[in-house]
Amino acid sequence: MLSALLFGLTAALQYIAPGFWRNTFSFEKLRPLHVSSAVFWIILAAIGTVLSYLQQHNQQPLKNLRLVSIQYYLFIVSFTAVLISYCFGIFGGREYWEFHPVFAIPIVTAWLFFIINFFVNISFAQKQPVYIWMWITGITFFLFTYLESNLWLIPSIRNHLVKDMTIQWKSYGSIVGSWNMLIYGSSIFLMDKIAGNRKYSFSKIGFGLYFLGLFNLMFNWGHHIYTLPTYGFVKNIGYLVSMTEIFLLGRIIFLWKQSLNTAKKHIHLQPFKFLIAADVWIFLTLGLAIAMSIPALNLYMHGTHVIVAHTMGATIGINSMILLAFVYDLLDDTCQSLNSFRKLIHKGYWLLNISLFFFWISLIIAGFIKSYWQMNQPDVAFGSMMLTLKPWMYLFYFAGTGLATGFAIVLYPVIRNKIMCYFQRRQKPASTLEALKAA
Amino acid sequence: MLIFFLLCVSFFSYSAVLYFSETPEKEPSGSLAAEGKLIWQQKNCSACHQLYGLGGHLGPDLTNVYSTRSEAYIRAFLKNGSPVMPDFKLSDQEMKALTAFFKYTNSTGTASPRSFSKHSDGTISQP
Repeated sequence: MLSALLFGLTAALQYIAPGFWRNTFSFEKLRPLHVSSAVFWIILAAIGTVLSYLQQHNQQPLKNLRLVSIQYYLFIVSFTAVLISYCFGIFGGREYWEFHPVFAIPIVTAWLFFIINFFVNISFAQKQPVYIWMWITGITFFLFTYLESNLWLIPSIRNHLVKDMTIQWKSYGSIVGSWNMLIYGSSIFLMDKIAGNRKYSFSKIGFGLYFLGLFNLMFNWGHHIYTLPTYGFVKNIGYLVSMTEIFLLGRIIFLWKQSLNTAKKHIHLQPFKFLIAADVWIFLTLGLAIAMSIPALNLYMHGTHVIVAHTMGATIGINSMILLAFVYDLLDDTCQSLNSFRKLIHKGYWLLNISLFFFWISLIIAGFIKSYWQMNQPDVAFGSMMLTLKPWMYLFYFAGTGLATGFAIVLYPVIRNKIMCYFQRRQKPASTLEALKAA
Repeated sequence: MLIFFLLCVSFFSYSAVLYFSETPEKEPSGSLAAEGKLIWQQKNCSACHQLYGLGGHLGPDLTNVYSTRSEAYIRAFLKNGSPVMPDFKLSDQEMKALTAFFKYTNSTGTASPRSFSKHSDGTISQP
């Protein structure tokens, strides 16, 4: 995550100082370094959380720790190799998975080990809560959609641009849905843990919302490609399915007061604070997503910074906030009390969220300006339009700096705690469960 | 369990339809354009540029650059870069391949959102 922030800030400099590091560390290297680091943070944190909570769910350590280690090191080595390859300008993939396709081999292998690790630790003898179903869905669909995103390697698909782009965005839409299943499943586990009961995990509404999420994972991706001259039915299905998200938005509004009461009750808990922040970002991002899913409105937003705002709201506001809740739950004060850091964490938390809000707004405004240019100013050159975005790009950059600082502040106590654990473990070996929890 | 099973069957059937149905575009790219597409990926052009509005935001959308600019203009950019775009030191063959790729992307459709028609039910139609 720290590398995502570092490369993100360096890449963003290009928007306020175009051509910066043009001949050394140019944007086509910095952007994938930023994006892949962020994706790897989300994937690794989601996997770590699922395996940690799986042990808490089973109330026993994982069965095959050697396989867990192999999986862990395979991911770490392949992700590090990907980032190094970018620095040398070695690409070959497509947007979001820009690395050379050869790296797909260790990534898929590591994921297969993750699948094995998960299934050998799950019993189907009893009725399982909804979060187990969400984890199963996330794990299996990630593999399928990741493989699908590599179908461009087949020449008959690659040489038909529109078909290739249709399949590419189908896989991207579903892959995000897959890691969301892992993260949201874990957040339900954490909420149950905080509440002290498992009513929601077995409730009809819990399963109902899970199926709605699954339905959207499978069929809602069409809104990414409304302007692509692809199959009409893809767009119509995408439009109709996306509209079911209105139910989720309505539910958030309907339960707002109840959520506030719950928040008041648990606000003293660090993980809960991050879940509350994620709730607010779900509301904002979902509102924007629904607007973007209406083709006639999408036309004004597609290809503009509004889409970036949506992505940032989803990956930082929702995914990262929830992942920080897990980080605080799992790494909280295993080796050192966080009491002396409470004020610092509080300040970091607010800096993070306020900066993210300005970051998000600056992108939306920049997007509206670009949209106006796309629709009404065909004679104005692209470079001239980019100059008009400059003030908002300054706000974007400074808010981004605040955002990175906020992340560094909230991560500092847990990273310090982790270092303390490392030194304590060297003095006194921890139990397997404690060691895994700390890892 | 039944709902899960039905959703999975629908999803995989939908996927199969997309993989095996007739392609939406009239023609596949020729071999030179196919080579250009691989160069597009190897140089990570989509970090800055878009095709059909999908890609980066630092440079313009290039779907229809072949029809809006001349071939000479495209080659000049590819050869020298710009104050923002680096000089990728492309060979003559690579520049030819990329130009053929832009000719092909242009033949697949129009990316400009201005050219779409909007309907009262919220849908849009291609020009």
